[in-house]
Amino acid sequence: MYKQVLERIDEIAMWPIISLIIFFSFFVGLIWWVVRLDKGHISKMENLPNEDDTIPTPVKSKL
Amino acid sequence: MQIEKFQYDNKIVKYFVIATVIFGLVGMLVGLLIAIQLFYPVFNFDLPYTTFGRLRPLHTNAVIFAFVGNAMFAGTYYSAQRLLKSRMFSDKLSWINFWGWQLIILAAAITLPLGLTTSKEYAELEWPIDIAIALVWVVFGINLIGTILKRRERHMYVAIWFFIATFVTVAVLHIVNSLELPVSAFKSYSIYAGVQDALVQWWYGHNAVAFFLTTPFLGLMYYFLPKAANRPVYSYKLSIIHFWSLIFIYIWAGPHHLLYTSLPDWAQTLGVVFSIMLIAPSWGGMLNGLLTLRGAWDRVREEPILKFMVVAVTAYGMATFEGPMLSLKSVNAIAHYSDWIIAHVHIGGLGWNGFLIFGMLYWMIPRMWGTKLYSLKLANFHFWIGTLGIIFYALPLYVAGLTQSLMWKQFTEEGLLQYPNFLETVIQIVPMYMLRALGGLLYLIGTIVMSYNLVKTAKSGIFIANEDAEAPALEKKKIVGGHWHSVLERKPIIFTGLALVAVLIGGVVEMVPTFLIKSNVPTIESVTPYTSLELHGRDIYIREGCVSCHSQMVRPFRSETERYGEYSKAGEFVYDHPFLWGSKRTGPDLHRVGQKYPDSWHYYHMLDPTTMSPGSLMPAYPWLMKDTYSVDEIKPKITVMRKLGVPYPEGHEDQVDAEINAQSAGIVKRLTDAGIDTKQDKEIIALIAYLQRLGTDIKLKAEN
Repeated sequence: MYKQVLERIDEIAMWPIISLIIFFSFFVGLIWWVVRLDKGHISKMENLPNEDDTIPTPVKSKL
Repeated sequence: MQIEKFQYDNKIVKYFVIATVIFGLVGMLVGLLIAIQLFYPVFNFDLPYTTFGRLRPLHTNAVIFAFVGNAMFAGTYYSAQRLLKSRMFSDKLSWINFWGWQLIILAAAITLPLGLTTSKEYAELEWPIDIAIALVWVVFGINLIGTILKRRERHMYVAIWFFIATFVTVAVLHIVNSLELPVSAFKSYSIYAGVQDALVQWWYGHNAVAFFLTTPFLGLMYYFLPKAANRPVYSYKLSIIHFWSLIFIYIWAGPHHLLYTSLPDWAQTLGVVFSIMLIAPSWGGMLNGLLTLRGAWDRVREEPILKFMVVAVTAYGMATFEGPMLSLKSVNAIAHYSDWIIAHVHIGGLGWNGFLIFGMLYWMIPRMWGTKLYSLKLANFHFWIGTLGIIFYALPLYVAGLTQSLMWKQFTEEGLLQYPNFLETVIQIVPMYMLRALGGLLYLIGTIVMSYNLVKTAKSGIFIANEDAEAPALEKKKIVGGHWHSVLERKPIIFTGLALVAVLIGGVVEMVPTFLIKSNVPTIESVTPYTSLELHGRDIYIREGCVSCHSQMVRPFRSETERYGEYSKAGEFVYDHPFLWGSKRTGPDLHRVGQKYPDSWHYYHMLDPTTMSPGSLMPAYPWLMKDTYSVDEIKPKITVMRKLGVPYPEGHEDQVDAEINAQSAGIVKRLTDAGIDTKQDKEIIALIAYLQRLGTDIKLKAEN
């Protein structure tokens, strides 16, 4: 069934065109939104790895 | 807001770290052994279990799935807990993940030397192990997503996205590429054949590199590099673009592994175009990593962790520039099948994965044991000997690859091949193989030194199995609006779904037409299924890992049609479950080897290759002359092949006895005439039947 459907898409010429449209809209959308990102949010996010929330465990180091 | 106290699970990280170090050493040791086998064939030991063809997949699997895989789990379990401010979702699942993965590695370490292999690169493990991998992977995914759901940090840091993408994509890749029909407990046939199998395999192979060796480690880079440098990543916005464009584009580029093969041309071109585009996100990520160190380069001088990470990220940049260049058809024409590719992957493996893992281990272990690194000097020594190792590994192979490839293509003024004997081009590069092994040895020494340093470090401290932490509970309030991506970062399930969609698009665009449009694989009338004996011989070829060194794909170049014969056509492979095109020519291509030499040549050649090709580096296969096959093991293969669409007539199984008897009698007679004493039921007979059949379907047509 799938075979028939695909072979009937006008010699499948639509396939690459659909791919191209998906591809371009993906990036245009991505860049559009990233440019508009909120600064406060960004600075909070980028500092996440260096937030230290551990409670120092008393260690008896042998060194 | 209520502050909650909880504990990070360090014990699971510790176990994964131990596994990482042990399997790193094992994988590299096997790598060193097979590197030596390439110039001293005596180290194949004339044993089935230790030949290059069987150990090469053991090396790749050990390094990719055992060393890098365990490191990925260690790093993910360490960083995900801290970034999500939560212990892992379930300790039980963590331990199922750990022991399940180690059992899979054990199963691989047993089955691969036994010759139980599907022959598809980096997916060699047979079907029961494939199922186990899928289950353990799902356990990992549930544990990861469960942790995300019970997090105390509302937004997911970019490293977590990379982990999510890794989980979903590897699951999809593994399942689609491993679809196979079992013949017995440890033998199966890929449901795809020929061109389609090749496309699926390299869609998998390429993206295994992307989503097993790259995305998890980019996630780890985005966590450990800012930590080691003690400053935030250079640009968080860039990391968002990096993430989405990388996972979206990567998937499309798989066909660049099949340039100039029988894959339809449009698919090859698609692969090339997307490979070139991949430079952008890859370098975006690399620059983001390196620029994180802006203003902190002085610390790189003192801190071995940063040194390792800088070289790792630089190696990533080099490999991801080289990759797209190798995808240009003109470059690929020279580089493919040569040692250039081996050099390329080791820049990635030794440089990017290895060094990032080392940096990460040097970071985590002192902290998890509440102590300081035992010896900074040894760590620096490790850094330098490791770097030297990479250089000694890669440079000789670049020279070797280029030299050999140009020799393959060199014509005399009369228009004849200047080096018609393939072996000549191999012997030329043997000194480079020796230097490569030296590079591997240096790298291994570095790893041994690291292991000692890490053990000493751990011994000087006391292991903190559960690290106390505190963070405010995540309020269950409904937040409406906000920026779209910050909304996404709050909704892990939707995020996972979108990541899945992003990675599926490329695969669908490539595969659907290749599978459904008939003209993509033109049929050839004279191509018929293998006889039972040839089919069994093919399985022996698969078992011995011949595909590690011999391609079956004559590319449409004059230098190849002169050397091997007519170039390979897509329609010739329609019954090949799995395809055996290969990716490296340490020996010559075999697609047109059928009927080229007498049966006795193959017999002697398999018994001791040097008798037929003096100076040959191929291992000997004396057991093929002794071991026997039984007709009963062949019959089910016919049944399974028929289910996969190979047109064996119904009831063909009943004629298998007679068919094999007739064909093997012919071979034995020719061998006896040449003075060889053998019997019809020896494995070598089946293998000869297969080798003599190779590529002859369209030759016969020409004779008729």
